[in-house]
Amino acid sequence: MAALTPVSRTPVSFYVPVVGLFGALAGLFVGTAQGSTLGGIVLGAAIMALIALILTKALPSERAGRLALIGLGALAGYAMGGIAAGLIGLLFGWFFGWFTFWLFEGRYRAKLVPYLTPGQVLWHFTFRFICGAILVFLITPILVVMPLSFNAEAFFTFTPEMLRFDPAGYSLRHYRDFFTNSDWQSSLANSVRIAPVATLLSVSFGTLAAIGLSQPHVPFRRAIMAILISPMIVPLIISAAGMYFFYSRIGLQGTYIGVVLAHAALGIPFVIITVTATLVGFDSSLTRAAANMGANPVTTFFRVQMPLILPGVISGGLFAFITSFDEVVVVLFVGSAGQKTLPWQMFTGLREQISPTILAVATILVIISIALLTVVELLRRRSERLRGMSPS
Amino acid sequence: MKLTKTLLATTALTVAAGFAVAEDMTIVSWGGAYSASQKAAYHDPYSAKTGVNIINDESSAEAVAKLRAMNEAGNVTWDVVDVVASDAMRLCDEGLAMEIDADTQLAPAPDGTPASEDFGELLVSDCFIPQIVYSTTFGYRTDLVGSTPPTSVCAIFDTQTYPGKRSLEKRPINNMEWALLCDGVAKADVYDVLETAEGQQRALDKLATIKDDVVWWSAGADTPQLLADGEVVMGSTYNGRLFSLIEEQKQPVAMLWDAQVFDLDGWIIPAGLSDERKARALDYIMFATDTQRLADQAKYISYGPARASSAPLVGKHATLGIDMAPHMPTDPENAKNTFLYNYEFWADYRDDIDAKFQAWLAQ
Repeated sequence: MAALTPVSRTPVSFYVPVVGLFGALAGLFVGTAQGSTLGGIVLGAAIMALIALILTKALPSERAGRLALIGLGALAGYAMGGIAAGLIGLLFGWFFGWFTFWLFEGRYRAKLVPYLTPGQVLWHFTFRFICGAILVFLITPILVVMPLSFNAEAFFTFTPEMLRFDPAGYSLRHYRDFFTNSDWQSSLANSVRIAPVATLLSVSFGTLAAIGLSQPHVPFRRAIMAILISPMIVPLIISAAGMYFFYSRIGLQGTYIGVVLAHAALGIPFVIITVTATLVGFDSSLTRAAANMGANPVTTFFRVQMPLILPGVISGGLFAFITSFDEVVVVLFVGSAGQKTLPWQMFTGLREQISPTILAVATILVIISIALLTVVELLRRRSERLRGMSPS
Repeated sequence: MKLTKTLLATTALTVAAGFAVAEDMTIVSWGGAYSASQKAAYHDPYSAKTGVNIINDESSAEAVAKLRAMNEAGNVTWDVVDVVASDAMRLCDEGLAMEIDADTQLAPAPDGTPASEDFGELLVSDCFIPQIVYSTTFGYRTDLVGSTPPTSVCAIFDTQTYPGKRSLEKRPINNMEWALLCDGVAKADVYDVLETAEGQQRALDKLATIKDDVVWWSAGADTPQLLADGEVVMGSTYNGRLFSLIEEQKQPVAMLWDAQVFDLDGWIIPAGLSDERKARALDYIMFATDTQRLADQAKYISYGPARASSAPLVGKHATLGIDMAPHMPTDPENAKNTFLYNYEFWADYRDDIDAKFQAWLAQ
């Protein structure tokens, strides 16, 4: 993208304090890790301000200065805590080199419209910074789990070998445990047997309900909708306790069918919501046209309506599948040991023995979830494209 | 058409026969290494002998609540349940567990000693069949305690010599006793002192001296994890967990057996089973708590068998091949200074002291 605004160099009184401020932030983390928070902040600010001055005033070329800083950061990190810290130091060095010149040369304004006030420019970047911080906050716990699942030890611990990137510190033993341990395999088998059937039921009932409720002549539409969506709103533990006593009386407690029905009830609201949303854009004169040409309602549904609302049905189905696949509260009540699902096994495993096999399973599940959500997103884009809602 | 019908009929018959033959029995236990030891020592031999298919449910932690709910719903799905002695007493008092007559319903020792004598004073409740003696005791990081490894439980209160965090269970039981013991109360007087409000305050005051250095745990797996992390320098947990940490996971940790607190774990049979299921559960119990079976379990986990007659039969660990006797909490070398969980005291005072302890924690 071409620059929108001509840029010029900024004064020392601007970029040096700002780089110093970020240096203080970096110093906060490094200092805390080394045992002195306050010292880290002060030193970080001072060192980074000084480096910013040297980079811009004393060194002839931007490229050489930035490369030198990357090397320096890597060396400092390595001295403090080995290879892993060296990598972090390298990133720090790269960031501060880029950041200093980004400020110094005024590049930060290049891609913004020229009429923005300094306050608006500040807000533009603050906003992006906050968004980034929120993403980091959401994703870090998941990212921490993944390397730990390759731990060679049987604990949730980053061992010194792992931090040194020593291959001996890593192993696939927890993945092997997952694929060979009969407890994990039977619970995986149970989840795989329960989730698709529950999804099928949710999708069939949910789609029919959504179509029915989108007919204007149905009485009490809102009330019925509210009841159908209630499993999503009522606290899960209450639904679970209620289902437990009800299913016990009618002999469904502790049976495969009982768990499937319970999960289907939890999945139906997701299907209703997504299908109702797609039905909003559905032109009902199409069904009248089909009827006019002699198609009965069933044919109309499968040949005309279903293909058009399919993306909604599929994404609802995926949500229903993930609900069943991740669910632990209801199955603890409604199921018995014979229906132990994967989340149930993870729950007891975490309570009885903290084993990284749980992390291995969590990593596998995260990857499956990402794959499923990617499919949903691709379907959504496809449906938008087909309906001409998006220019791409 | 006829062929299809025949096929269908045969399939249906086979399925029905399959259901009739495979008898299922649901046994509830704690999960993890403990369930694995029971499976190897009891379940597998029993299934091989009788053909009964045993389903393991890992719900012992919430056994009392679940049995109450099952009883209320009129649908008891468990056949045999593994619980700690105090839970067995509660279930027995509430009529949720059936009473067992040790001499007629449990196997005598090989030399003919009746079961009631063989178990002796460990038969703490009419409904409870003791299985193991376990202890809650301390492990410490050998690399973090310097040149003077701790020998007394009072090391947990000595933050001068052993700086760093320590992990204690998030409940008053055991902690209050250790606090008084280290505050100068004689072992024989601990429960007399703990009966009084001043005594309880004294114990809490002693705990308050290390409150900032304590990580509180609630699951048995927490302390091993914290010790492996080096997050704590010492911590309490069940001795079997520490055995696994030291001998199986090879972590730099050692046992501190001083003032270990003995507790019992064993079986109950839920009340209200059908005659057929009750007979099967009793048959299982008779088999699983005989002298040889209890000694067998000690091959897989370092908990002491509850029968006196099993002790001489305890052998080597099934995979590590090390002698198990020195790792038993009941070994004379380890049991020089011990407590037995005082069931009567805690039954009477638990609610009261629990409330005080939680309030103190929240301060």
